[in-house]
Amino acid sequence: MQTPAPVDYVRATSVADALSLLQQHGDEARLLAGGHSLLPMMKLRLARPEILVDINDLDELRGIRIDGNEIVVGAMVTHAEILNSPILFEHYPIFREAEKVIADPIVRNKGTMGGSMCQADPAEDLSAVGAALRGTVVIQNAEGRRTVAMREFHEGPYETKVADGEILVEVRYPILPGSGSAYEKVERRSGDWAVCAAGACVTISGGVFSSVGIGIGAVNAEHFTAVDAEAFLVGKEPTAENIATAAQMAADSCDPSADQRGPADYKKHLAMELTKRALTRAAAAAKGA
Amino acid sequence: MEISMKINGAEVTHDVEPRTLLVHFVRENAGLRGTHWGCDTSNCGACVLWVDGTPTKSCTMLAASAAGHDITTVEGLEKDGKLDPIQQGFIECHGLQCGFCTPGMLMTGRWILDNNPKPSEEEIREGISGQLCRCTGYKNIVDSIHWAADHPAENEVSA
Amino acid sequence: MTAVQEVPISAGGNPIGFGSMKRVEDQRFVRGQGNYVDDVNLPGMLHSAILRSPWAHARIKSIDTSAALALPGVIAVLTGKDLEGIPRPSLLGDNFAWMPTLSYDTQAVLATDKVRFQGQEVAYVIAESRYIAKDAVELIDVDYEPLEPVMDAKRAMDPGAPVIRDDKGQTDNSITDVHGHKTWESGNAISTAEAIARAEADPNCVVVTQEVMYPRVHPAPMETCGSVAHLDKVTGQLTLYTTSQAPHAHRTVYAMVAGLPEQKIRVIAPDIGGGFGNKVGVYPGYVLSILGTIVTGKPVKWIEDRGENLMSTSFARDYHMTGKIAATKDGKILAVDVDVLADHGAFNGVAQPTNYPAGFFHIFSGSYDYPDAHCKVTPVYTNKAPGGVAYACSFRITEAVYVIERLVDCLAAELGMDPAELRLKNLLKPDQFPYTSPTGWVYDSGQYEKTMRVAMEIAGYDELRREQAEKRARGEYMGIGISFFTEGVGAGPRKDMDILGLGMADGIELRVHPTGKAVLRLSVMSQGQGHETTYAQIVAHELGIPPEDIDVVNGDTDQTPFGLGTYGSRSMPVSGAAAAIVSRKVKERARIVAAAALECSPDDLEWELGRWSVKGDKERGKTIQEIALLSHSSLELPEGVEGHLDATAVYNPPNLTYPYGAYICVVDVDPGTGVVKVRRFIAVDDCGTRVNPMLVDGQVHGGIADGIGMALMELIAFDTDGNNLGGSFMDYLLPTSMECPSFELGETVTPSPHHPIGAKGVGESATVGSPAAVVNAVMDALAPFGVRHADMPLTPSNVWRAIQGNPIRVDMAIE
Repeated sequence: MQTPAPVDYVRATSVADALSLLQQHGDEARLLAGGHSLLPMMKLRLARPEILVDINDLDELRGIRIDGNEIVVGAMVTHAEILNSPILFEHYPIFREAEKVIADPIVRNKGTMGGSMCQADPAEDLSAVGAALRGTVVIQNAEGRRTVAMREFHEGPYETKVADGEILVEVRYPILPGSGSAYEKVERRSGDWAVCAAGACVTISGGVFSSVGIGIGAVNAEHFTAVDAEAFLVGKEPTAENIATAAQMAADSCDPSADQRGPADYKKHLAMELTKRALTRAAAAAKGA
Repeated sequence: MEISMKINGAEVTHDVEPRTLLVHFVRENAGLRGTHWGCDTSNCGACVLWVDGTPTKSCTMLAASAAGHDITTVEGLEKDGKLDPIQQGFIECHGLQCGFCTPGMLMTGRWILDNNPKPSEEEIREGISGQLCRCTGYKNIVDSIHWAADHPAENEVSA
Repeated sequence: MTAVQEVPISAGGNPIGFGSMKRVEDQRFVRGQGNYVDDVNLPGMLHSAILRSPWAHARIKSIDTSAALALPGVIAVLTGKDLEGIPRPSLLGDNFAWMPTLSYDTQAVLATDKVRFQGQEVAYVIAESRYIAKDAVELIDVDYEPLEPVMDAKRAMDPGAPVIRDDKGQTDNSITDVHGHKTWESGNAISTAEAIARAEADPNCVVVTQEVMYPRVHPAPMETCGSVAHLDKVTGQLTLYTTSQAPHAHRTVYAMVAGLPEQKIRVIAPDIGGGFGNKVGVYPGYVLSILGTIVTGKPVKWIEDRGENLMSTSFARDYHMTGKIAATKDGKILAVDVDVLADHGAFNGVAQPTNYPAGFFHIFSGSYDYPDAHCKVTPVYTNKAPGGVAYACSFRITEAVYVIERLVDCLAAELGMDPAELRLKNLLKPDQFPYTSPTGWVYDSGQYEKTMRVAMEIAGYDELRREQAEKRARGEYMGIGISFFTEGVGAGPRKDMDILGLGMADGIELRVHPTGKAVLRLSVMSQGQGHETTYAQIVAHELGIPPEDIDVVNGDTDQTPFGLGTYGSRSMPVSGAAAAIVSRKVKERARIVAAAALECSPDDLEWELGRWSVKGDKERGKTIQEIALLSHSSLELPEGVEGHLDATAVYNPPNLTYPYGAYICVVDVDPGTGVVKVRRFIAVDDCGTRVNPMLVDGQVHGGIADGIGMALMELIAFDTDGNNLGGSFMDYLLPTSMECPSFELGETVTPSPHHPIGAKGVGESATVGSPAAVVNAVMDALAPFGVRHADMPLTPSNVWRAIQGNPIRVDMAIE
């Protein structure tokens, strides 16, 4: 079977320790979280770090909690924990809907939010969710912490704002009282990466959309979102026609490429169809709808 | 590097390369060959064992990361010469053919029941969806887990 | 359901005969104590890994192994050049760089001149650990000159296409079989063409033409292929632990390939983690592990990783088929003609009987009564992995069933006729058996309409059609698909069937110990089928010995008699018959012993299960256990009768057996996304006598999952550069528990008249029969959109594109 290339291993005892280890080893070091993105790459020898800094002992990176008007999800929170979190489910059912279709139950036991987000696969689901929810990523380095909006987090496929010597420590999601949210995904088979996925989080007030967040994955949507479609809907009634128009705008803003998951025309169609479905369900779930 | 972990209750220590995968540590160093591997890409689940009671794909974890933790493998299911109901269920309901996916299925099946003593068919199907079986079409695996749910061991707390 | 036979129950709680007995083998498997090839560790054992070609077609300019050799822990690195230097005292070429395939072609063990598919074996590393072996593979530097790859079978036929097999002096990409044929035809070309022409000219008839492709798929058992080879230099004994469905045939091939005396080779297939045809072929990796132990003098293990398994070992299908079906407008089928372009990859490595170069594809006329059928198969080389007959295909009956069952559905759509009604109208009638098909097969027995009606009843067919009509009116798309298949399995009569000259008969050996316990030694090889259980049941059925008192041995050439192994659903039809016959030999010997003990004539005795007794005086008798002891005792036996209670047999089947079945699949299609959900799957199999009905159902379950996989997701496609796009389980998608419904099974039992216990074999029935049912269901769902056909796999994008009138070409990369 496939085996990783030789590598050194060290366990960090704290975030500060991890940061100092990263600093010490520079770009030859990689953080090891759940390992479900990194280790397969290492086995294929597509990744060959010289040293792994294991951060699984860092309890300070775990936990889902409410802090003021934000929900804070630690980087080392596993997908299974997100799936089963009552806090997240209460405020954002989109998490449960997305997590149910991320990989499989065993992978979700181990894979972490931070690991998934830093791997930054273009089809990564929590990136689409985070875009829809307008989350904020908290990154720590030797100098301290900085924040980056989810919608500015990605630099491109597999590239994020987390630089060498930095750790993504948590993501903060603003609580939107009365919001409705939903996630739609088409995959070739359960556990597969998305052919296309779309999430929506909306609030409705006075019969019109008061806020709209759209997240779209796997179809090369800029920053996993569709700002024109969002802007179009704000202030409009949640009618099928308005939602369809917005969904089409969202699809038009995507630039998918063909691969074995499907041709570009199909993926573009899915961007429309799934955005429409997610918006429709989110609108129906929003209080005041 | 020297690595120690508890496997099925016994402390196991070996000097291995840091890159050693947990599945290899368990199979080659600890000599417990009931845990298999089948895919390299974390898709098939033939390598599922428990780390601190949680099913984990051991081909996607370094042995080094498991150091200090409690590992349970299929060899640890039988207690005092008596098969766990999940093992008996697979025999009763013909839940295996070639037997290659079976250890992983057993570990996940046991875990499903530990968390949900009366799972629905849908819950079982969802629970084993990260593990591939090429022989059974899953129907008898689902039935086997149901059988175990219906025949808990005497010492199991009924919920 | 089954007429359950009254079978006595043993002290161990098992049926003494046929019935749903729990499996013997499960005791070790549920404890994690199976013994698979990668579990074999010998003292001093070395590990190995193969460097494979990244190119589909390239000339090898040079190979530099120095860095790999310099890596600590590396013992040896072999290249094709090295193998050319190892002389081979055999009939099959003078060096080790090339080996024979099972179809009388040659295949490179390690490439010397060119690489001909992505993933081809280029160099072999032997090292102290598998980690070091993999490290060393990376350090080998190969200088390739890329050549234009031929990835499209149609392109392979172009006069200007690059020639793949220039090593054989070829000037094109055609394949010539051992008989000198470049195309393989069956049936009556003239009468079929005339029948179709008549139908075309007749306003009361229709002719439907449809191109269908059965794309490249892979058996992908959960355990990959591998071997551990050990040559004892003192005794000259070579022991090979290997993933083999056919240990005896493999031993003979190794004797030929390695030039080693056959009696010095012991092939042991331990527990096998699924085969499905993947473990029939002889792969370079196995041969390299043998060379590895020859070169190093130590045991050498080779275990392929999943990517290697998917990219280099036996693929299945890759048949481009164009079918024509002619019928009257009221639905009577008149003739079928099929033209096939067969993509065999870079080496003709199909594993099938010599006289059947297209396998049993020409059974495509199916389960229907019509006089004229013809097919022509044209094989070509392409720059893809070799293989072709694998994945539970019953020697390409999968392709045959798929094409006829798609054609029948296309015909039903053309006629506006219900596909069930059309099938019922054409199915063979019970009084037509034995039935000689238009392509020459002699079907043994069947009650097709009965089986079809059982399936329709379980499905609630009429109700399903009503539900479908209501849903269509609401804009919801459900589909109902039917497949009715007939297989010919149990290869086969040795006068017609051999592989590499080895006739397809199976040996067997039964020994009853003095205490009445028995051991049965099989030539066939379980890969999960449960031979240790079912074969004990056959002996129990024949001799009345409780199955728990019978050990079944298979998989070790030193411990079992010769036979060709398990594939093509041949275990039960061939070795199952052998087990019954060898038991009957023992039973007859027991009769003589009993007669001697009872001081009567053997003719005065009658048999009831497990006991010979005097006719009319049942009290006077001897049980088989008593007879076993007597047979080893000082009891005087008649002149010429040897003692003991042992027997051997070789079963040469007089004909194939012909299991069949009716399958119905119900799907729901979301036209907005193209997502298909298999809601129900009903399977009614008739495989004759069921030795262990629980295990028969298990075989059918697995095959249905295969069918769902192939119909909806499994695929190995290639891009035009020659890259394999299905080289991992991330891309080669196997169905999970979420894609499979809870299958609904029924049965009819029509015994085979020529099989000693009436069994027909069922291992591949569902894999053969189910894909067409799923595809037909999806096409039925899409009928309102005017869709008649789209090729497998019906992925969401392919379904959506089919609705747009533009289905995807599945065998090449999606653009």
